This record gives sequence, C-alpha cells and structure tokens, in this order.
Amino acid sequence: MPVNILMPALSPTMEKGNLARWLKKEGDKIKSGDILAEIETDKATMEVEAVDEGVLAKIVVPDGTADVPVNDVIGVIAGEGEDVSAAPAKPSVAEAPIAAPSREASPTPTPIPSAPGAAPSTVAVNGQSGPRIFASPLARRIAKQSALDLATIEGSGPHGRVIERDVKAALARPRAPAQEALQTPRAPASLPVSGPSDETIRKNFAPGSFTEVAHDSMRQTIARRLVEASRTIPHFTLSVDCRLDALLALREAINSAAPKDGDGAPAYKISVNDFIIKALALALIRVPDANVTWTEAAMLKHKQADVGVAVAIPGGLITPVIRAAERKTLSVLSNEMKDFAARARARKLKPEEYQGGTASVSNLGMLGIRNFSAIINPPQASILAVGAGEQRVIVKDGAPAVATVMTVTLSTDHRAIDGALGAELLAAFKALIESPVGMLV
Amino acid sequence: MADPYDILIIGGGPGGYVAAIRAAQLGFKTAVVEREHLGGICLNWGCIPTKALLRSAEVFHTATHAKDYGLVIEGAVGFDPAAVVKRSRAVSAQLNGGVGFLLKKNKVDVIWGEAAISKPGEVLVGASKKPPMEPQNPIPKGILGAGAYRAKNIIIATGARPRALPGLEPDGKLIWTYFEAMVPEKFPQSLIVMGSGAIGIEFASFYRTMGAEVTVVEILPQILPVEDAEIAAHARKRFEKQGIKILTSTKVARIEKEPDGLIATLEDAKGGSLTLAAQRMISAVGVIGNVENLGLDSLGVSIERGIIQTDGFGRTNVASIYAIGDVAGPPMLAHKAEHEGVICVEAIKGLDPHPLDKAMIPGCTYCHPQIASVGLTEAKAKEAGFDVKIGRFPFIGNGKAIALGEPDGLVKTIFDAKTGRLLGAHMVGAEVTELIQGFVVAMNCETTEAELINSVFPHPTLSETMHESVLDAYGRVIHT
Repeated sequence: MPVNILMPALSPTMEKGNLARWLKKEGDKIKSGDILAEIETDKATMEVEAVDEGVLAKIVVPDGTADVPVNDVIGVIAGEGEDVSAAPAKPSVAEAPIAAPSREASPTPTPIPSAPGAAPSTVAVNGQSGPRIFASPLARRIAKQSALDLATIEGSGPHGRVIERDVKAALARPRAPAQEALQTPRAPASLPVSGPSDETIRKNFAPGSFTEVAHDSMRQTIARRLVEASRTIPHFTLSVDCRLDALLALREAINSAAPKDGDGAPAYKISVNDFIIKALALALIRVPDANVTWTEAAMLKHKQADVGVAVAIPGGLITPVIRAAERKTLSVLSNEMKDFAARARARKLKPEEYQGGTASVSNLGMLGIRNFSAIINPPQASILAVGAGEQRVIVKDGAPAVATVMTVTLSTDHRAIDGALGAELLAAFKALIESPVGMLV
Repeated sequence: MADPYDILIIGGGPGGYVAAIRAAQLGFKTAVVEREHLGGICLNWGCIPTKALLRSAEVFHTATHAKDYGLVIEGAVGFDPAAVVKRSRAVSAQLNGGVGFLLKKNKVDVIWGEAAISKPGEVLVGASKKPPMEPQNPIPKGILGAGAYRAKNIIIATGARPRALPGLEPDGKLIWTYFEAMVPEKFPQSLIVMGSGAIGIEFASFYRTMGAEVTVVEILPQILPVEDAEIAAHARKRFEKQGIKILTSTKVARIEKEPDGLIATLEDAKGGSLTLAAQRMISAVGVIGNVENLGLDSLGVSIERGIIQTDGFGRTNVASIYAIGDVAGPPMLAHKAEHEGVICVEAIKGLDPHPLDKAMIPGCTYCHPQIASVGLTEAKAKEAGFDVKIGRFPFIGNGKAIALGEPDGLVKTIFDAKTGRLLGAHMVGAEVTELIQGFVVAMNCETTEAELINSVFPHPTLSETMHESVLDAYGRVIHT
C-alpha cells in the first residue's frame, strides 16, 4: 500500500523546515537508501533518505516550500502499479517510513513503526517528539532523569527495545557522541566524535580542587561550531607583515578632521581595526575567487564581501557580520562596528547579524599578541588573525630602519582556496594596508 | 556409525527435557539420556507430587472447617494415607507419561542408562543403576540402550539430590528425605523437620494438617531464610497458630534411634540443649548437584563447591560442554532450569538470547498460607544501597480474601525511591503462588510504580492486594 513520506524532524526542537528541493521526480523508482529530497533549517541542510522501496508516486510539497511542519506529508511512495489515491492525505496514524537524517548521525537506527494502524507516529518521548522509541518504562525514566535522549541509545531488549541496561551502559559511556549527534546532524557518523568522558577527565583532578560551571548555550555553541570547523575544514595558514606607518598617519588625519557635535564628541573615530575590515573586504572583491564558500556540490562565489568581526565578550565571543563592507565608508563601517560591539556585549545581537559572512577578522593586537592563527567560522572560507602593530627594525633600501609593522595570518579552507590564491588575497590586503588611500576611493 | 547428535542432554528433568524440545524445534538432532524417570525430581519426587499431597491436605482442612462456610458434613471427616499417596503418584505418572509423549512428538531420542562423557563429542551410556519405579514410572517404549553416542554439543542437566549432614544421614526408615516423605506407608504421629526451606516447610505444613505433632528446627534465626524477614515472621505466626512448633537458631546435634522413633538432641545458639522424641525426622537441609561419575574431572570441567561453573549461556570452560539447572548453581528451581536450558540451546543455535537474570526468578512455597516472592528482600535492597520505598497491604483489607475465608496475608512491595524500579515483591497468603507472576512480568518489562498504579486490577480478586501494596508504597493506599 502507498506509504507517506513525512517531513522529518532534524532536531528535537525542530517544528518546521523548508523543503529545499526534490532529488527525485514523480514516477522515479525508489530504492531503500535513496536520497529523496533536501530539507533546510536555519542551521543545516539535510537529506531525506528512503527506507521503503517503490515509486515516488506523488510530490505533495513542491521544491522551495518554506515552513513545512514536521510530520506533514511531503510525498507518497507507492508500490508499482498501486493506486496512490489510497494513501491517506494526512498522517493521522503511523507510518513515518523515512529515516530522519538526524538519526543517521546517532549510533543506532531508530525503530520506526511501519505498520499502518500502529501507534501514532509521534509520541512524546522525553518531552520531545519524533518517531516512537520502544523503551521500557524504567529505561525512559532513568533516561529522563539523566537528560539522555533515548533515540541515541541502542536497545538490546526484545526487538531492539531500550531497557535499563542499555541506558546505564549509555550513561557509563562518554556523553559527547549522543549530544553531538543531536546538535550537529551534519557530522558524519563515521567521524570520531568524543574525547575522554567527563568522568575520566574529572579523575585527573583532586575532588574539591575545582569548581564546576555548567556550560551556557554560548559556550556550547562555540564548542560545537569550532569542533565542527576544525574537524571538517582543512585549514592552512599564510602570514605576512604589513607596514602600518602610512595607515596610522591617514587615520590620524581622518579622525582629526571629524566634525564634532555640540558636546565636542567627534562624529566618528576610525580604529585601525576598521581599516583592516575595510581592507579585507576590498581585497575579497579584488580577488573574487577567494570570496567563496565551499559546498559539496558547488563553489558559492559571493558578490559582496560580508566580513565577520570576532568580538570578545564576557563568557565567550561572537562574530557580528558587516554586510557589503567593501561598499561602506570607513565612518559608516566604524559606527556600525561600535554598535555591534556594544550590543554583542549585551548579548542583544539578532541571529541575522552574526550568521553567514564570507570571511572574518580576529584581532588580538590590542592584547599585545604578535601573531596567531584562527579557526575558520563556517560557512566562511577564511579568517584573518591580526597581531599587534609595533615598532620593529626593518631593512629599508639596504639599511636598518624603524617602522610600525603588524603581522597578519590568514587561515583558509583549502577545499575552496588554494595556497597561491590565498597568497593573492593576502597580497591585495597588504597593498591596501600599506597604501591606505586606496581605501578612500 | 550413525551421524552424531547436534545436542545430547544428560538428564531428562525439567531442564533437560525442555532444552531437548527447544533444540528439536530449532532443527537440532537431539537426544536425552535418562536413567530413572523422565521429568526428573520435579515431576516425580518434588514439585508436582508434593502439590498433590498438599491439595489433599487442603481439601481435608476445608472439609474439617465446613461449618465455617455453613456446610454440614455428617459424620467424621477422615483420610486414607494410602489413597492420598496413590493420588499423588498417579499425578506424577500422568505427567511422566506426558513428557515421554512430548519428546517422541518432537523426535527427540531417549537413551536409557547412566551417561559419562568419555571425551568432548562422545558420551558412553551404561546400564541404569536405578530401578524403574514400576508401575508408576515404567521405562518408556522406543528407547535406545547402552552404547557410545557421539554429539557435537553435550548439555549436563543431571539435577541434584538431598544433602546429608554427617551423623544425621537419612536412612530411609526413621530419617527421611523427600523421597520417603512422599510415599509414607502411614502418616507419623510426630515429626521433626530439620531445615525450614521450601521443602521442609511444605512437608511440615502437610503433616501438621494431617494431624502430626510437627517441630521445625532451623539453624538460622529465621524460617524460610531466603524470604523477606517480615513475610517469614508473618508465616511463622500462622504456622505456630496451626500448632507447628518452630525452633530457630537451633540445630539437631545428634539422634538416638529407637525401633519406631528417635530421640533428637537439639542445641540452640546460646549453648542450651533439649531432647525431643518423634516418630520420624525429615532431613530437608538443601540439595547438592549431581556432578559425579560424569567424567567431568578428566575433561577438566571447572567445578567449584559442587557447582559446574558456567557463563550466562550454560557454557563451561570446556568447548562444546554445557551445564544447566541445579548442577549449574542456585537457585535450584525447576523453572530456572527450564529457562537455562532454552537459553543454552538458543545460544548454540546462534540466536543471541539474553542470559538469565537470576534476580527475577520467583520462588514459591506451597504451605498454608502460601509464600511467593521475586527480587530483592528489604534487607538485601538496603544492603545493595537502594533508597527504598516500601508498600504493604494485608489480606484483611481485600474483599475476595474475606469471602474466601482467607483473611490472613500480606503483600509487600519494594521500590527504588529514585527510579521507581520494582526491586522486589513478597507475598504470604492464599493463592499468592498464582499471583506472583504479575510482579514477575512487571519486573521483566521494567515497569515502574507508575504502570502498576495505572493498571486496572480486576475486582473482586486477591490480585487487588498487589495493586494496593504498590499504592501504599507511594502513600496512596485506599483500603487500609
């Protein structure tokens, strides 16, 4: 009988998602394991995999539909020659014959009821909705008490039922795989995800010799995104020294020319960092092949330079993005950055103000760091780590001379930007910094 | 030479014959070696014939109390010991024949005789040294005889026999084991029961009902030592009310035999002693596994304190040799042996069964009142470090119990306060041996108190006492 394809939940909290596109057409034969469609959330794009065989009889929700509620019927698979009209239009009972992609990353296949007329396809488990998970009452309670997601536990009871023993075994294992799998569904299951267990780590320190501070959501997000970035992005770094004397002189001239308001406050005060943001943006436009984002299928070549700027705030950091920074004047850019920094510290930034971006700047120069390398902030392809501007002895015309120099290090996603291209980007940046008048035109 | 058996099982008791039938179901070429009677002790000398005796005692008891139910029986109610025993033997004989039928139906070969493993893969069967119990337990037809048999897998399921204490060895005349106690020519006027486990208490209950002066001597401070202390204390009061004398922390030091009786010298833990005369004594001080003369020593099968060492699937340290049931260790109960047999055979088949969880094996004692339990006692639960929630419900609060005229009983449930896991259930009262399975299923399904509380128990039944006990553990009891 025809089987409905339902909108999968990509995460425990997901309520709706966008159906990006179908990879199969109506009438296509479907094998178990075929990728049927791509689903987008604000965090990720996921693939919907078929578990049943048959023919894609009907596409109910077309490509590009936004905000499709979880468990709505998005299509129908039928056996060959079957009458599709027999399929129920709404999933009033059972049948969720697609493996939700988020489950792929979990260590176990989740049992999914496929018999029509069986229990409802969504049963509140641990306060979450998703495919029904068979587990003993005791296993459910212990999992709940331990804040463990049953979907991540392989059941060893009859027909794969999760029983107490399985939950206890899961609790004894490092927690990271389960949590990680839930929060970053895009991480392939084959990657080693966990370090030593919390318990193992704690044993290194005498009891009472430390206090424990639970992670807030920012710390969790930082950890998750940076682990993901360092695991999935092949980083390489390029460093170059830039002479700052001309830039400092220009900055002095511009700031002293700033009009003042009634209280004597200047209308703008351009920082060295503002110049760096602008220079990176212009460099990205001048070397457009470096203003890109890697996807598995294609290179996304960006038409403008959205530059993220890492802002350290108490308890973490956040990276607001100056959009189209190449088109903004230094004064506009500078004021926008000041606003971002203030609201970042108050944790008042909106998601659209820190998501995306094509490259980032991370500046630790004000803290006296000479040079360092940074981890790329996905989906960007590069990040510029900026050291302190300091007076150094350089060789000029064959003789020692003193100049103000800063070292910058570009970390690059090698999938998207090769060494020579990265060097080209860095050369363009250096040229703009050392001849800053170019940024004013 | 014929093809070797896939599985050859030594011993046709409840462990062995059930394993054989399961093996046959899985397509194995299977044989059982038996020397005495299909169905083993359980069916021929234990579980089943004692239940038949106790049923006679129960009916007798009910008849003598007929007026409590408004009934009039003209004349005296009596009993015929020979007829009571005969009925018990007939019950065994019927089931014994049933086992033979089941094995035949499943095409399991029965080899008659004494088996010894000569080497892995080969069993030598010699003539049986045990005479068949004619006419009740004739040797089945169509059996194979003595000879050498080859088998890819050999399962030892030879069961256990009564343990004997030095100086107090059963002689079959004055000092009985359950064998003699099962088939008395006449019922004794007075009886000492040494040991207060299930076997001792059941015979004490039977003979007391049949009019004997019964004294139970237990070396430990508590009768029914494996049961929860509160349940055992409740049962003790009831036994004493029936006129059974109970001496705990007391041992039988020695006996002097007389022509038709004995005088026992008893010593208590404080060094005090007394003498007690009785016609007969039943030695019920436990059972020990039959691990001798099977060739296990020369094979190097690991045996510790009379118990063949096995993993959760019956595997010994020697490849292709397995052990199940009493020889594989306590609890020495038929239902445990059956389960181990099935698990062992399924593991040989590669079906990936789960090892038996011994914490969930129920135990039943069929005295009056009955006793049944599963899981941890209160003491054991606390010893294991659980923070417990305990519920109790007396039969006096149950309508069906009152109507039956069985108002004495108690259901005690023990939960882990943290998770709501049912740790143990302990019951004393009418028909509790039939009720305990509800808690067994609950434990095996890993229910918490919530599912038990939410389940509807039928009214009016004794099972409502189980529900109320759970409610009581969570402060929600209705009928007390």
